[in-house]
Amino acid sequence: MKIAVCIKRVPDMEGRFRIAGDGKSVDETGVKFDMSDFDGYAVEAALQITEKQGGEVVVVAVGPDTVQETLRKALSMGAARAVHLKADAVPPDGLAVARALAAELKDGAFDLVLFGKIALDTSAGVVGPMTAELLDLPCVSAASRLEVASGKGTARRELEGAYEMLAFPLPAVVSIDEGIARPRYPSLKGIMAAKKKPLDVKPAQLGEARIAVEKMALPPERGAGRIVGEGPAAVPELVRLLQTEAKVL
Amino acid sequence: MANILAFAEARGGELRKVALEAVTAARTLADATGGGEVHALLVGAPGIAAKAAALGEHGADVVVVVEHPGFERYNPEATAALAAERVRAGAVRAAIFPYSAHGRDLAPRVAAKLGAPIAADVTSIAAQGDALVVTHPGYTGKVIATLKVTGSPVVLSLRAGAVAPEQRPKAGRVETAPPVGDPSASRVVVTELAQGSATKLDLGEAPVIVSGGRGLKAPENFRLVEELAAAFGNAAVGATRAVTDEGWRPHADQIGQTGRWVQPQLYVAVGISGAIQHIAGMRNSRTIVAINKDKEAPIFKVADYGIVGDALEIVPVLTEAVRKAKQGA
Repeated sequence: MKIAVCIKRVPDMEGRFRIAGDGKSVDETGVKFDMSDFDGYAVEAALQITEKQGGEVVVVAVGPDTVQETLRKALSMGAARAVHLKADAVPPDGLAVARALAAELKDGAFDLVLFGKIALDTSAGVVGPMTAELLDLPCVSAASRLEVASGKGTARRELEGAYEMLAFPLPAVVSIDEGIARPRYPSLKGIMAAKKKPLDVKPAQLGEARIAVEKMALPPERGAGRIVGEGPAAVPELVRLLQTEAKVL
Repeated sequence: MANILAFAEARGGELRKVALEAVTAARTLADATGGGEVHALLVGAPGIAAKAAALGEHGADVVVVVEHPGFERYNPEATAALAAERVRAGAVRAAIFPYSAHGRDLAPRVAAKLGAPIAADVTSIAAQGDALVVTHPGYTGKVIATLKVTGSPVVLSLRAGAVAPEQRPKAGRVETAPPVGDPSASRVVVTELAQGSATKLDLGEAPVIVSGGRGLKAPENFRLVEELAAAFGNAAVGATRAVTDEGWRPHADQIGQTGRWVQPQLYVAVGISGAIQHIAGMRNSRTIVAINKDKEAPIFKVADYGIVGDALEIVPVLTEAVRKAKQGA
């Protein structure tokens, strides 16, 4: 089983963001970066499949040189090699990114191409299904369970208030939801081994981007709330506020 | 003239609310860009045509109905091929999909087929000259991006609840169309659709959400959360990641950065300390109530109203009070 996992380097979402001076981007000063959460699940899912069935995991990322750090992390988790598709920045047009990935993946003879369900920064979730379409491969987005064997796959997708089971032939593109597997922490041995693993650098063939960021802004702050009281005795006052002030009851 | 296509999502033979939201948004955009037609695309098993009228009432000039047994369950490949074909055939400037589980699967595939740009999970759509300008919350809701999308056609997916369905009746002329290719020959097949109970409200659609965290101490105490939700009558039950990781609740119920992002009218956080992970998923709720024993818990910084104390003691009293308030209403 040969599996490609497309991963993205994103800012750590724990902190507060500031808007940069251009008004169109996030100020990256002092911001930590890491692999996007869902991409971590995808790497873990790929490693578990190849550990059971043999094969190798190749990780691919688009972006400036800093993405090599994220690729190295995936290598330290257990991926065999990495491909860095070099670009000054990841454009906000998902189709451009999908084109660059499809150009790299099309002759790779992969049985499975995995993505995270969404990247936490752009929060669009479009690059996986678009790459599938460009490669003319079957696609399941947001799989919360995935099994692959003898050229076939089955997956589960969570819907609003329901779920569905899907069957599909390999090769295929699958984007990964939470619930599949918690990503492992790289071991010291893994980190050492990752330094010697191959990391190819190639120019990203992005093409034209037709989506541009006009503006970025912080959402309005929530006004400070208030503590109504302590214990069950505060319930009547809470109910009164919900009825008369918030008007939600 | 700029025609706008709206994908009218149906499941189990019924229109979903997001279908009416997409048609409403398409009507608004068509009117703002020179009064083109709204084409609603309704795909389903034979019989789905009966649902076309509601789309006309919400502003569709034309309802393109495609019936085939192969559309009994969601059929991603055949539906994407069909939607792309309707965009080409209908002189469509923009195609609007719901940003739902199926819309997230479908819209990018349609965009790639058309070689069109896609703006996903948008909360507003406006025309600016030849371009469309949309807003989209990113960075787990912490940054609002305004994006300019050029070219034609373009594909947009609309966040659930961002546009309220509005009745603006148009002709809703039904045009029956055949599938593109054979829907029974798709490579990706939905083999099973497991609906939740018919009475269970989805987290994305419920006006009220009652969520529980580790402060409930044991899985059986989630009964208190369910009873409070039942007292509201229009509430869904959510959970924190700590609780879904413990297996107390299914992963699908998790609200947070890696789970569902919700924005109900009222969010009641029970025994939830308010990890940033969780707050990312619920901070856009209109009114937030928090019940937690630690008065320093971060949840109180985003809550409009808080009660400090043991959730196990407070919730049953609140449930009774809500039940009485609802009866009085």
